[in-house]
Amino acid sequence: MSSATTAGESIIEVNGITKTFGGVVANKNISLNVRKGGITGLIGPNGSGKTTLFNSIVGYHPIDGGSIKFSGEEISKFRVQEIARLGLMRTFQQTRIYGKMNCVENMLISVPHRKLGFWDMFASRDKETLERADRMLEFVGLYEKRWLLAGDLSFGQQKLLEFAMALMNEPTVLMLDEPTAGINPTLINGLIDRLKRANEEFGITLFVIEHNMRVIMNLAEHIYCLAHGEMLAEGKPEEIQNDQRVIDAYLGAH
Amino acid sequence: MNSIMNSPVAKFALYATILALGILLPMWFPNYTGQMTVMWMMVVFALTWDILGGQMGYNSLGNIFFFGAGMYATGMVQVGMFYDLAEYNSAAGGGIFNFTFSQYFTGMAAGFVVAAIVCVILAVILGRLVFGLRGPYFAIGTLAIATVVGELVSTWELVGGGQGMSMPNYPGDLGEAKFVFYSMMFVLAICTFAFLRWLYGSRFGLAINAIRDDEEKAEGMGIHTLRYKTVAWSIAAFFLGIAGAIYGNFNNFFEPIDVAFPTTTFGIFMVLMVLLGGKGTLWGPVIGAILFHVIKEVTWTYLLNLQWVALGLLIVVTVVYFQEGIMGWIMRKKPTWFGIRVEGEKQRLGDMR
Repeated sequence: MSSATTAGESIIEVNGITKTFGGVVANKNISLNVRKGGITGLIGPNGSGKTTLFNSIVGYHPIDGGSIKFSGEEISKFRVQEIARLGLMRTFQQTRIYGKMNCVENMLISVPHRKLGFWDMFASRDKETLERADRMLEFVGLYEKRWLLAGDLSFGQQKLLEFAMALMNEPTVLMLDEPTAGINPTLINGLIDRLKRANEEFGITLFVIEHNMRVIMNLAEHIYCLAHGEMLAEGKPEEIQNDQRVIDAYLGAH
Repeated sequence: MNSIMNSPVAKFALYATILALGILLPMWFPNYTGQMTVMWMMVVFALTWDILGGQMGYNSLGNIFFFGAGMYATGMVQVGMFYDLAEYNSAAGGGIFNFTFSQYFTGMAAGFVVAAIVCVILAVILGRLVFGLRGPYFAIGTLAIATVVGELVSTWELVGGGQGMSMPNYPGDLGEAKFVFYSMMFVLAICTFAFLRWLYGSRFGLAINAIRDDEEKAEGMGIHTLRYKTVAWSIAAFFLGIAGAIYGNFNNFFEPIDVAFPTTTFGIFMVLMVLLGGKGTLWGPVIGAILFHVIKEVTWTYLLNLQWVALGLLIVVTVVYFQEGIMGWIMRKKPTWFGIRVEGEKQRLGDMR
């Protein structure tokens, strides 16, 4: 199903990966490319294997077959931390933050660990990092709440914090698992705007799972659609929107 | 910010009072010097247990292993430097073999250094094995280490087997010896506290808190989790090893099950003291240890025959009804004292601690 996609260099190249859980085939022979510097979308009905695919890419579980390349390097045997330190970061669908620490502390420990040596474990809090944490919290609109315990934030605010933590890590690629799920509809436009700015201003490649069609059509330049663990369609947003197979899959005809 | 804990004058007064009491108490109550030595050891126990149990979320039931390992390491060095270890132990040691003043103290200095280093190495090696375990499995795994090693050492004739080992006698007045060991334990407790205070203020503190709150997230963010966990355990092992080395000499004798690897007494006390004082806080373990030790000694004195019942009751009440501990309770009631901000408060930049 793989084909020459959009123009430009690919930063993630997934080639024919398969993942099964017992008898359930969650991903079957999936291939896709994420263009460097762009925003790529991944859609599909519930249970179609989107999150499994994300988990496979970031090394959360071993895959049964196929290859995953990041910046040309084969990473399918790497473990989660190693992949994260290469600059390939993901956020979780069930938002995960450090609940008993305040927002600033959450940010301070999210510095890019690939740059840290053994003795950096004992580094004291420097002004520069603190200021960067403040800037990022300001960027996502949490500056006023920065001294609150992360666990006391609302779900939507935790999502924003998780996004800010990911930015703090200076990733090359950021994989977002449903960034707008659970966020107040009036805040969604602001979030889309921030995702775009992260892409344009910080040069972070985005790879986004999203259920909200309006959001993904607005955001992504290229979209992949999964159904029943297989790649169903790919193309530009308008092509996907008008693809009869995608419409059928979402309406349950598949 | 009207935070009591953050006021430098209050802090200075607090530290000065504790230091002064630490020095003056054994002079005022010389008969209780031994008790107070054990009390400072309890403080070290609680502080080191809290590194993993409170700050990192790994409940270890086997930390007492390093206490015994340090004891045996120093014993072997202190005797082995001057006599044949097997011969010394088969003759049941102390009293028959004499150590001069300089032999005694050079042996002790070397023994303490070796004890600390051996414990750190053991923590690094064992960390590779047990840090794959999570939650209750980690607790059971670490408990197994301490229990199994206690049994194994009981069969090791070179170090006296189940009979244990007598340590060299103090080359001088026994009253003086009490103060020497008291001072050592007091200084160790102060050093442990000061070191952890600094450690928790560094990136290390944030990282182990992150591991406690969500280890999978921490891995996903690229934190070197195994490295942090191993170093955290090594730090606990380092101080526990020295505590064991001092206690072995203080007690003048040790054997594997009840003194060196006492999983059912000291091994459990360290958990309880932290829970009582408030886990995951700097002062909680200190308060918990002192309070626990006082309660324990009072029940031993006034409720003889019922002391274990009283202690058991304390354990049940703490674990079931008072898990947050004293510091946890105060923090919940008065969060602003600790610089924890609550919604609606005006805040300013850079005031971190």
